[in-house]
Amino acid sequence: MSDSSTLYVEVWRGGDQGGYQSFEVPRRASQTVLDVVTHIQRHQDATLSYRYACRVGMCGSCAMRVNGVARWTCRTHVSNVCTDGRLQLAPLANLPVVKDLVVNMDSFFEKMQAAHGRFVGEHTRYEPVAAVKPDSPERQEADAGIECIGCGVCYSSCDVVSWRPDYLGPAALNRAWTLVNDVRDIDGLRLAAVAGDAGCHSCHTQGSCTVRCPKHLSPTAGISGLKRMAARAAMRGELDAEPSAGRR
Amino acid sequence: MSRSITVQAARRWYWQRITAMAMALFVAIHLFVMVYAIQGGLSAAEVLARTRGNMLWAVFYAAFVVLVAVHASIGIRNVLVEWAGLKDGAAGWASRLLGLVLLVMGLRAVWAVTLGGAA
Repeated sequence: MSDSSTLYVEVWRGGDQGGYQSFEVPRRASQTVLDVVTHIQRHQDATLSYRYACRVGMCGSCAMRVNGVARWTCRTHVSNVCTDGRLQLAPLANLPVVKDLVVNMDSFFEKMQAAHGRFVGEHTRYEPVAAVKPDSPERQEADAGIECIGCGVCYSSCDVVSWRPDYLGPAALNRAWTLVNDVRDIDGLRLAAVAGDAGCHSCHTQGSCTVRCPKHLSPTAGISGLKRMAARAAMRGELDAEPSAGRR
Repeated sequence: MSRSITVQAARRWYWQRITAMAMALFVAIHLFVMVYAIQGGLSAAEVLARTRGNMLWAVFYAAFVVLVAVHASIGIRNVLVEWAGLKDGAAGWASRLLGLVLLVMGLRAVWAVTLGGAA
């Protein structure tokens, strides 16, 4: 595309009750959507609010909806998402808007905690490092989901979150799945925390999270694993049993 | 969400999957028999000739009805919560009622085509 052409960009302004504002941005070679937003903020309207940090797809802070689809904007080239010279930029869905393109991600991260998304080990730094075979099935399962950067693209894309706001969502459940497959982890209550109607069993396997995950992870597969594991534990009476000694 | 509610939800998911698996077999048998048996044309008299007094079909379709009642009531419960905005308790009672209606209507139909008197 030539440098002289112009992009017509609609950007969400305000909070949950805001509206779109139009901007014209010069088209550049290898331009990312984040470049477009930054151009607007630096040259046209300094009051535009948006988030970014690393610009290289590591930090997970620049996610927003581009033409209706949640994406990481720093790694999204305009040429891949814009066919008619128009872009519509909106804040992530399923999260309250703070201002413009910035959402309040409290509930997203609170659900990570609710899903027991943190590692609980029993060894201290003074003990030998645990040996986990790279080709063991558990390690392979954990490996498949471990690269999540917490950008919220899956959460924004999930219809189940939209219609059941207490649903933990793909990112938190994916995190839980990597941890239940971590043989060093001793949190015996995690499976109970992610089971049931606010947890993995509400997933409709629509796969939007998997399609849109910028890291090409498959939360859908992890959630299916949790469903089977948790349902099996529930039928055996292990899900409501107190965790065994030494576990918490 | 309390632990026992979570466990119940996980068990509902389990039973919906188990009934789905079983019904796949039942539907296959049902469809196969339909296609195989109606080659002379589908008529009430022909169906009744096959089912009336046949305890095998009575047991088969009675089990089918039970599977449908369990499977559908769990599914409707989820639909009521997610799409109709019902609270979990209300959705639970509504789905139990639906399951009971399906069970009664289904078993009545099974009884009518196997052991019932009037054609």
